[in-house]
Amino acid sequence: MQREYDIIVVGAGPAGSIAARFAAEQGASVLILEKDRDVGYPVRCGEAISKAGVEEFIPSDEKWIKAHINKFSLNAPDGTEVILEFKDTGYMLERRIFDYELAMTAARAGAEILTRAYVNGLLFDGDNVAGVKYEFRGEQKEVKAKIVIGADGVESRVGRWAGIKTHIDFRDMECCAQVTASNVMVDPETLYFYFGKNVAPGGYFWVFPKGKDVANVGLGVGGMVGKERSALSFLNNFLGENHPKAAILTSIAGGVPSAVTLEKISAPGIMLVGDAARQVNPLSGGGIASGMIGGSIAGRIASESIKLKKPDHILAYDKAWHDRLGKRHETFNNIKNGIYNFTDEKFNKIAHSFNKVPYDKRSLGKIFASALMNQPSLLVDIAKVFVV
Amino acid sequence: MYRQAKTGKLMIDILPDKCDFCGCCVGICPEDAIELKEAEIFIIDERCTNCAKCIWSCPIEVIKFNRDGVLTK
Repeated sequence: MQREYDIIVVGAGPAGSIAARFAAEQGASVLILEKDRDVGYPVRCGEAISKAGVEEFIPSDEKWIKAHINKFSLNAPDGTEVILEFKDTGYMLERRIFDYELAMTAARAGAEILTRAYVNGLLFDGDNVAGVKYEFRGEQKEVKAKIVIGADGVESRVGRWAGIKTHIDFRDMECCAQVTASNVMVDPETLYFYFGKNVAPGGYFWVFPKGKDVANVGLGVGGMVGKERSALSFLNNFLGENHPKAAILTSIAGGVPSAVTLEKISAPGIMLVGDAARQVNPLSGGGIASGMIGGSIAGRIASESIKLKKPDHILAYDKAWHDRLGKRHETFNNIKNGIYNFTDEKFNKIAHSFNKVPYDKRSLGKIFASALMNQPSLLVDIAKVFVV
Repeated sequence: MYRQAKTGKLMIDILPDKCDFCGCCVGICPEDAIELKEAEIFIIDERCTNCAKCIWSCPIEVIKFNRDGVLTK
């Protein structure tokens, strides 16, 4: 281990590992610090991802694929089921293996990794971030870096220490609870979504298969709902009613920042990626693919800045992210605010009208079209998704 | 002896035995008053303002109001 690195990445999730890999591939010296003892564990994720989202960064590998998804089942409050079929849509991941493999690709590119290293402060050179303080096996240590990349997740504090406003409004936080359970009979190629005020107000309930009788069963509810009733109580209710014989294998909680990206995701000597930057698709709550994209942009720009010896170059990251995905997320966020406020009657009506669409002519676009008839003001935002 | 919050007596407790250390509360805390390590979490008394947002955000109900040592939520 060196005393100084070009780049230090805080957090070894997908965004951090990809940032480290892209920077190391360009010749920068990179150190990843991970607070937990294992990369990839504990898992805080529904684990669904599109195939395209994965393959931009790593070739598909059965080692971390638990299920191949080609159908969506969307369930309205009155029980009406809408089925959408796609070819080769996506995967259910085994995140603990997936994250581990991603970190390995960063290591192969030359990045060093240190686990059980809890970052608890930053070093400054004037106003510039110039390294991190961390605790490792009971000892307080420091390591210098030209650039620090904060990939420290929803609980991110690296950005705060650098003066970036990162705390999110509790109304924008989807508070989630999930179990991985066996004895849950599902079609292993279908992602199931449930909507409505009894299952997940201000969010959705999911049953994502990891085999024919195992699934991630969970939900997210908006912060305003959490004030009245917790995600956990909705989850216990759903399990009791629908899967009384479920055997719980793991049980987790988590927060998904479901809003637009932070206004500022870089400052002198520091960049934020993934959940720490709030680079989550606010409509789906998916953050693996968008976090990896954010990480790749940050890693590339950080290494360019090192090569060019131009510290200010990292500030170009904000715009590069906004152009690639940030702008889309703004539109998704507007749609989310429209859809998640629908009443149960509206969800039912949309499902009924959609089920008149012939099976082979169904698409997510058509669902939005049905949603539109109920809320015409969404038109502008939805048009943007398909035009931009 | 009461723990002192920024604006008075600290009235919020995190029940560490039940916590999943997911970081939801840390993300929403406007005062940066919650410290989370691998499997260790606590409120930094002098920063907390008892705003209760962490209580509302907790997906598994392990953050509670504590008045004079009595759990009331």
